[in-house]
Amino acid sequence: MSDTSLRAWLLADAPASRAQARAAAWYAGWLKLRGNTLAMAGLVVLVLLILAALLAPLLATQDPFVQDLGARLKPPGWEGHIFGTDSLGRDIWSRIVYGARISLYIVALVALVAPLLGLIIGTVAGYMGGIIDVALMRFTDIFLAFPRLILALAFVAALGAGIENAVLAISLTAWPPYARIARAETLTIRNSDFIHAIKLQGAGPLRIITRHVWPLCISSLVIRVTLDMAGIILTAAGLGFLGLGAQPPSPEWGAMVSEGRKYILDYWWVATIPGLAIFTISLAFNLLGDGLRDVLDPKEAGQ
Amino acid sequence: MTSLLDVENLRVTFPTRSGSFEAVRGISFSLGRERLGIVGESGSGKSMTGRAILKLIRKPGIVTADRMQMGGTDLLTASEREMRRIRGRHASMIMQDPKFSLNPVMTVGSQITEALLTHEKLSRAEARKRAVAMLDAVAIRDPERVMSLYPHEVSGGMGQRIMIAMMLIPNPEILIADEPTSALDVSVQLQVLEIMDKLVTDRGMGLIFISHDLNLVSNFCDRILIMYAGRIVEVCQAGKLHEAKHPYTIGLLNSVPDLEHPRPRLDALQRDPAWREAPSVSALT
Amino acid sequence: MADLSQTPGGQRRLPVPRWLKKTAGTVLTVAVTLLGLLFVTFMIGRVMPIDPVLAVIGERATQAQYNEVFRELGLDKPLIAQFAIYVNDVLHGDFGTSIRTGQQVSEDIARVFPATLELATLGTLIGVFIGVPLGVLAAVFRGRWIDQLARLVGLVGYSMPIFWLGLVGLLIFYGILGWVAGPGRLGVFYQGLVPTRTGLLLVDSLIAGDWTVFKDAFSHIILPASLLGYFSLAYISRMTRSFMLEQLNSEYITTARVKGLSEWTVIWRHAFRNIRIQLITVIALAYANLLEGSVLTEIIFAWPGIGQYITTSLLANDMNSVLGGTVVIGTIFVALNIFSDLLYRFFDPRAK
Repeated sequence: MSDTSLRAWLLADAPASRAQARAAAWYAGWLKLRGNTLAMAGLVVLVLLILAALLAPLLATQDPFVQDLGARLKPPGWEGHIFGTDSLGRDIWSRIVYGARISLYIVALVALVAPLLGLIIGTVAGYMGGIIDVALMRFTDIFLAFPRLILALAFVAALGAGIENAVLAISLTAWPPYARIARAETLTIRNSDFIHAIKLQGAGPLRIITRHVWPLCISSLVIRVTLDMAGIILTAAGLGFLGLGAQPPSPEWGAMVSEGRKYILDYWWVATIPGLAIFTISLAFNLLGDGLRDVLDPKEAGQ
Repeated sequence: MTSLLDVENLRVTFPTRSGSFEAVRGISFSLGRERLGIVGESGSGKSMTGRAILKLIRKPGIVTADRMQMGGTDLLTASEREMRRIRGRHASMIMQDPKFSLNPVMTVGSQITEALLTHEKLSRAEARKRAVAMLDAVAIRDPERVMSLYPHEVSGGMGQRIMIAMMLIPNPEILIADEPTSALDVSVQLQVLEIMDKLVTDRGMGLIFISHDLNLVSNFCDRILIMYAGRIVEVCQAGKLHEAKHPYTIGLLNSVPDLEHPRPRLDALQRDPAWREAPSVSALT
Repeated sequence: MADLSQTPGGQRRLPVPRWLKKTAGTVLTVAVTLLGLLFVTFMIGRVMPIDPVLAVIGERATQAQYNEVFRELGLDKPLIAQFAIYVNDVLHGDFGTSIRTGQQVSEDIARVFPATLELATLGTLIGVFIGVPLGVLAAVFRGRWIDQLARLVGLVGYSMPIFWLGLVGLLIFYGILGWVAGPGRLGVFYQGLVPTRTGLLLVDSLIAGDWTVFKDAFSHIILPASLLGYFSLAYISRMTRSFMLEQLNSEYITTARVKGLSEWTVIWRHAFRNIRIQLITVIALAYANLLEGSVLTEIIFAWPGIGQYITTSLLANDMNSVLGGTVVIGTIFVALNIFSDLLYRFFDPRAK
């Protein structure tokens, strides 16, 4: 029965407290999202992906690094290899499962680093105004003018190949849109009365930006990051495919496609299955992102 | 008086997530060669009525009626193709704000001639000549030059006169004017109304004048329908407005200051929920 | 009175300055952006773990030789002076020598660029001719099957790793069905048959009137171009749809319907005309993205374009080539952005 009363509390027309109002808004958003079948499908896939990454040792049927040259390039279903084996006889299913960890790791890191960079630059530009604003925004525009993948390539070339450098390179190319969003939010916040009040109490710029402006910018950045996740996955996989991301023998999906490329005409599964994994995950992110945008930003919504 | 338009039991319904919403709830009226005013507050269904006559209610809205007859045509059964022949040629509509109702990337001239060429077989030169003459008729100076301007290059009052020219050039019998002056500066409102009024009277057209401004309507119309919550609550001859009986109409009249009879305090409209449920008054003649 | 103040006649009092100011502003923006672009590539070149001197003289040179080249390359000067030298070189079309090919990077790029241009142009054409009508139809028949189809096409396009789709395409259309030619630009037997004029094989073979070469070149390009076309189609149709929806909800569309115009005229003459300029911006952006997107596609299809050039150089630690290619593509990006910006200024009556 407490279940129904919680629901009633969440759906109350006149919330009694601020916490209740906030919880009710979240709940209403969740109900709307739940009504969107495709978005829920995306969410389910992503939950499964996270579970797969967490439980990789349990799900994997073999050690993803163990080679068996006697069992090279065997088709899916061959002797317990669900997805077959690759050119070194490694079990593709197990590699896919472990690869989920790498993909999540990259996405999580980029989703932290890039918005943070953008947040710092955008809020400083927006709050300081004047020459600092002009300079920082010009700087942002220069990065926006760059083709992203090529810039990421150049960064990786300079920093050296590897997962961490790939993350850094993608973050360095991905921050400008976040800076723009953060600046736009800051400009509207900057002149509000509560900021003036805090100033009168003697708060300095650093305190105002970090304690009062940042928290208000977070929500719009989160929406944008969710929408960008699929793009991050694809860029990371592209770098991996070019041999500039995770290095062998690590089971990164893009690198796996690259390894299977030579055999595509005769042993299709070696390259096709990791590619399908990339596609599925980025599709799931896109579906969820679309659904979230419908909930959080009705103006932009498709309907 | 011959009737140009007869509408019986018109309803406009929009399905929503929580049941359906009726914007117009069963109204009946007819229009002769007269000036008919429809007055009501926002959401009273007056604009929906105007658009329903031309069957321009956007999906998912649904228009139903027992009868909707324009001249010899039954609008209810008319196909989209027949409706296109009626729109512009037999009945036209002027909308609120010329800033939005004129196509921003087409010249004034091409928009006016287009209205003409849709319904009449004419050479371009002939159409242009007629358009210039029409612009002249709505008191636009230097019409040749205005023909080549874009809508953002003209003022609001001029834009609305262009709109009138555009809608009257195929010689329709019925003109629906939906708040034609609400977006204009007060200084040009009267001028635009007078031009419209003159053209409508000279051509012997029927005018449906939709507005929220009861006094304005009473000055320019012969007969007035008062709408409230999708229904007609009262029908009045313009000259006999002081005889109005419905409390809503009286409330509307009293909510406007009057120089002749100043009152210390203007009345705020008190709405009675019973008005919503009262049956619609018929305005058929 | 108010009628006159907004006409062009009213503006004639200050005709040149405003125009000049805008142009000067644009030129300044472009200059700063390009300079910034060069600065970023310059800095990337500086933080490289590769010693540029050793790259020139090899491991076994003497210290004296090393010092001489060190000075020759200007590495003893302050960073800002080095940057000035770099900018000056680039402005003269000098990106240095490629360690991998031993040739001037600018010559290398001039040689490989037409291949990329041909691929990206055909891809964009495919994207525009399918994407624009699809987007318009999706907006007009909103919520119906064609709208769902456009949405699906877009979602899949946004989620598909391009290199993987290329591989699967090769597997199906080349490996299994045999409908198209395999990797490369031209079959071995057709190499060098037509003189190079534009560097675009389809155009060159047409000029030479050699149909067999044209057919072979077409059979090679159609698959990669269609794949790239699919990606720009996803983007173009989505943007077209949202632009059209915005227009179809405006009042002037109701006006057009009140006039008695046919739905076709309402859609194309009225609504579509209002999105044309926005659309050109989108297409310019899609084109720029394809120039970049061709990096991965070129690898898959062994297409000898700038993407492959950059990647191969990168794996060979040939930094001059990588940075040269980056600067060229970055400059094209900026140019396309400016181009679409100028289109707005000159063709939208509202912007004048």
